[in-house]
Amino acid sequence: MTPLEIVATAFVVVGTFFGLVATVGIIRLPDLYSRLHAASKSDTLGSVLSLVGLAIVLGLSTESMKLVFLLVFLFVTSPTAAHAIARAAKEQEVEPVGEVEAPWMNDTEEGDQ
Amino acid sequence: MVVSPLVAAGGPDVTVSSTFSSILLAAAGAFALFAVVLLYRVVRGPTTQDRIVAINVVGTNTVIVIALVSVALGEYGYLDVALVYALLNFVMSIAVSKFTVEWGGVI
Repeated sequence: MTPLEIVATAFVVVGTFFGLVATVGIIRLPDLYSRLHAASKSDTLGSVLSLVGLAIVLGLSTESMKLVFLLVFLFVTSPTAAHAIARAAKEQEVEPVGEVEAPWMNDTEEGDQ
Repeated sequence: MVVSPLVAAGGPDVTVSSTFSSILLAAAGAFALFAVVLLYRVVRGPTTQDRIVAINVVGTNTVIVIALVSVALGEYGYLDVALVYALLNFVMSIAVSKFTVEWGGVI
């Protein structure tokens, strides 16, 4: 293994670790909003780190440019998708877990009265 | 020496070592395992949005698996497949979250 491949291996291993964190968060956390918290951040970081590792080992070529495009695209769209899902959940009045009521629940109750 | 058409179409001259190739394939297997575990949330999720979140992460994991396998096997044409898959995954998330509400603006 060349030194470049060792660096890339470190990136890929850390990216896989963050993928594991995202999976555990989505399976174990109690409500939709905290699952979105795990999914949007950990999964974005894990995928971006893995792709950075691959782009490092390919050097400066067309293929690494494709990987950089994929990386930038994932970095922009994954939080955007999570934001859209959270807005849709708010529209459908999905309740978060816990004692305190969400503000939009009070708004709709006042609006109905 | 026989080269595959995808590599001949413009792949770089980089050949990764077999150790690194094994590491990449192991990472791809780990991401595939995470995707299988996430199907629990897809089946069990109490709300529709839970299922969309889990499917979105499964799609992202699929993109990463395609990219890892592409570099590990030297089939660089698969990177285009990964790009298109990432685009379709984003469109799927936005469309499903937009049309499960009553014409709300979700972006």
